[in-house]
Amino acid sequence: MIVIQGSNMAECHPVGFQWVMEAKERGATVIHVDPRFTRTSAMADVHVPIRAGTDIAFLGGIIRYILENDRCFKEYVVHYTNATHVIGEGFRDTEDLGGLFSGWDPAKRDYETASWQYEGVGGEIPAAGHKETVPSDSQAEVRGSHVTDIERDETLQHPRCVYQILRRHYARYTPELVAEICGTTPDLIVRVAEELCRNSGRERTGAFCYAVGWTQHSVGVQYIRAASIIQLLLGNVGRPGGGILALRGHASIQGSTDIPTLFNLLPGYIPMAHALQADFDAYMKTNTAGAGFWANFPAYFVSLMRAWFDEHANRENDWCFHWLPAVTGDHSHMTTVADMADGKLEGYFVMGENPAAGSMNGALQRKGLQKLKWLVVRDFQLTETAEFWRTSPEVVAGDVDPEDIETEVFFFPAAAHTEKDGTFTNTQRLLQWHHKAVEPPGDCRSDLDFVYKLGKRLKRLYAVSREPKDRPIQALTWDYPTHGPRHEPSAEAVLREINGWRVADGKPLAAYTELKDDGSTVCGCWIYCGCFKDGVNQTARRRPGREQSWVAPEWGWAWPDNRRMLYNRASADPSGRPWSSRKAYVWWDEARRQWSGHDTPDFVKDRPPSYRPRKDQTGVDALSGIDPFIMQADGKGWLFAPDGVLDGPLPTHYEPQESVIENLLYPQQCNPRRLEWNRKDNPYHFAYADPRFPYVVTTYRLTEHHTAGSMTRWLSWLSELMPEMFCEVSPELAAERGLRHGGWATISTARGQIEARVLVTRRLRPLTMRGRTFHQIGLPYHWSYTGRVRGDAANDLIAFVADPNVHIQESKALTANIAPGRLSRRRYAAFRGPPKRPRRVEPPPRDLAGISSAHGRQPRQEEWKKE
Amino acid sequence: MGIFKVLRSWPVARQIAAGDATALDGTAVSERTAELRARTVAADRAVQSVCPYCAVGCGQKVYVKDGRIMDIEGDEDSPISRGRLCPKGAATFQLVTGDHRVHHCLYRRPGGKDWELIPLEKAMDLVAERVRDTRDRTWEQKDHKRKDVQRTLGIAHLGGATLDDEENYLLKKLYTALGIVQVENQARI
Repeated sequence: MIVIQGSNMAECHPVGFQWVMEAKERGATVIHVDPRFTRTSAMADVHVPIRAGTDIAFLGGIIRYILENDRCFKEYVVHYTNATHVIGEGFRDTEDLGGLFSGWDPAKRDYETASWQYEGVGGEIPAAGHKETVPSDSQAEVRGSHVTDIERDETLQHPRCVYQILRRHYARYTPELVAEICGTTPDLIVRVAEELCRNSGRERTGAFCYAVGWTQHSVGVQYIRAASIIQLLLGNVGRPGGGILALRGHASIQGSTDIPTLFNLLPGYIPMAHALQADFDAYMKTNTAGAGFWANFPAYFVSLMRAWFDEHANRENDWCFHWLPAVTGDHSHMTTVADMADGKLEGYFVMGENPAAGSMNGALQRKGLQKLKWLVVRDFQLTETAEFWRTSPEVVAGDVDPEDIETEVFFFPAAAHTEKDGTFTNTQRLLQWHHKAVEPPGDCRSDLDFVYKLGKRLKRLYAVSREPKDRPIQALTWDYPTHGPRHEPSAEAVLREINGWRVADGKPLAAYTELKDDGSTVCGCWIYCGCFKDGVNQTARRRPGREQSWVAPEWGWAWPDNRRMLYNRASADPSGRPWSSRKAYVWWDEARRQWSGHDTPDFVKDRPPSYRPRKDQTGVDALSGIDPFIMQADGKGWLFAPDGVLDGPLPTHYEPQESVIENLLYPQQCNPRRLEWNRKDNPYHFAYADPRFPYVVTTYRLTEHHTAGSMTRWLSWLSELMPEMFCEVSPELAAERGLRHGGWATISTARGQIEARVLVTRRLRPLTMRGRTFHQIGLPYHWSYTGRVRGDAANDLIAFVADPNVHIQESKALTANIAPGRLSRRRYAAFRGPPKRPRRVEPPPRDLAGISSAHGRQPRQEEWKKE
Repeated sequence: MGIFKVLRSWPVARQIAAGDATALDGTAVSERTAELRARTVAADRAVQSVCPYCAVGCGQKVYVKDGRIMDIEGDEDSPISRGRLCPKGAATFQLVTGDHRVHHCLYRRPGGKDWELIPLEKAMDLVAERVRDTRDRTWEQKDHKRKDVQRTLGIAHLGGATLDDEENYLLKKLYTALGIVQVENQARI
């Protein structure tokens, strides 16, 4: 059983989709839930068309079906999830508070999570991820030190246990109401729910596959949370054929999260320092967990500092903690670009990225670039970002004179993956080494070469400085062996540092469990520790798939510890036996007194299933033999998230920032914790029923192109296959607006306008909600103003508005207008101000009254009240 | 040419002789077809690589002859892709060898209307100076709440997600040592 939702896998991950087809040939049921009928739908057993932006309602309907019909995998749920955990008395659900959870602070416009906590533990329990979201220097002790005291009810009857809270939270997500919200029929929802239940349990498993159709929403993280609740209830996590599979879109997008070029993280999901943490002790206390493998945080952190600062980092100087820059809030892409447009930044490095075409509110991105002192672009050819001062629509139209743009632009041609060594980390956490085949042409260089030589120059420039601020750059370890005619740094030497070694003898480390917090180990990214085990580049292993088991453990290397499936302890029952012989994966080998199986066990190797920690035990010792989720302090899969998710412990249906209908479940219309940028160059539509923008828009990719087109629109082969920007509309919408197939249409939002060829197709169909008909428009986002084939960029329509947890924009559900014909001139809010609001129409509220206190409201960093 | 040879060159005759009524057993193959060889056979070496587009991570074989790439095909050894590539992956050869690629560093001066050529080393020197100047000018030891932040908000980075892990590692390492915190990539988008 495979549910594909928020993804068009057949067209966007075609080679991965071969495995879906193979499963189908072996009898698996395939379901596609998506606003559009695509090739994925064509190959599925069932296609469920839903309105863009309503997936939580749909998934909530499935959760309700499982609970109300008592279809969960009881033994799995009781032992491996937090269904049994009792939540404190102070907790109030969205059912009680009109769409908000308890703990809302109108002054901060944020949740206090104290009332979401487990009964008995005293204080907050840390989540495995996102620890940096709760910077605090006031806590008395390491959080999660008392997990063994959690009050539990294995009968699941306690009115405050997670199981019962879940039931009440989703009680109103009936097939009938969900169908109204999603614009589908109750029987389709029941059918999908029933198929899922029928295909789960001891003998069977089901998987969810998703892509950015789930993440690019103002409540995106909760989409994935909703799927994880389903999968935990059905026992589909940590088992073969189960899981929630993120179909990520770029060769090493997983790698760039693991070794993050992200503002809030250091390598291996170690949080950046926050200014609210007074000192090193506060930082360590905030980020260390009382139990589970995050209890070893000091070893991960100290080994990283030793990798970067070598002997300069020691216990006496807190391992150079005071050299780390501190964050003070949100420094994410949109916040930075808004600052840029306000003239607050001087320099910008853009490498293999193209914000002028590929980022939300493209005109605002370009406005930001105009305000810079200097810009560095590294790419294969002159992208829209490199050429923003020359060929952008606003320059061509004469709205902006290049002579007035003071930005100095440096363009560096980049080397291709065939011209350099290195690893990509694919969507399944697999590191694969690609070998250099040829020398790069001309001035083309790898980013590794660029950053290494830039670092060398900066070290020289700062060599004689005596200022404390320059000490980190002086002390930074930066000696990598070089080779070849161009003296390029060795990527393998960098990978060795990422893997780490023992200081005493320089021996490469074999696994993250060898890391120490006393400075005796060096490791650049603890989750990648082991990728250079035994001094061998494990990521370059290429034993042919046909010569090894179906798990193929000797092809590349997966983090952590070459484990191909996370939490795989859950593939065995509490006593350590496989749930069924069909679904055997990892099990307890009593004779050898250790875990064994087809994969590396994702568990303490010699911890028997019967092990139970004593009350006073902490750290990894506090994980019992039936705690498969070893990164969590309580070792359980979280149906209810007491911590780590900023917008609520349970996924709740909120409408997108811009919708066509009111929230039918709660008086609160939108995610109360969403991030807005209230600026004249980023105007929003009404929360719903905006007479100017009556249609739903969703954006997507095509097989023949890649993101904003830098890697495809310049190639004749691919451009010929898919030459032109278009929009998809239903015959009904075409008739309503007078759009002709093959003709032109103008699509507009308050941010901007684009034109596109019209594709009239039944792949998009009108939806009926509350007896009214609503239309959706589909827009690929691959085109822009440079390249072999050019066209308007869908991203010029998208607003800056984001999910609070991960700061990702809402580009999969918004509203717009469409009209026949072309544009003589494009209007952008970033350059010509927002369009007029209709008079005599009062915009409906996005939030409940009193959600932010007028005078006490602290403007968040990402906000500028300019209007 | 003997009569038998002429007859053998006629597929129907071969079909009859071999009892291959459907012509699916190889009798329809002409001599020329039988002698055809894949271009890649002439390659000096096949370098194993990974597709640079989506995150499935399909295996690629990069065929090299005389120091130039002559073809890129799917790697049948890969347990992920089993030799397959999608239309984008199959176009990788054009991506890396096409004439769209710029081979020189370019410079656009403030208020400039055109690109100018600039030597690589000079461009590198200038960028290093820009980083130092901006960093020193915008250095923030304490923020407005008088908390230690030791950073600059004057410089930002946005990376694609086709950068190698090793590249991202050095970028984050260098930026962090410089106090640059506004470091972001495609994963945020």
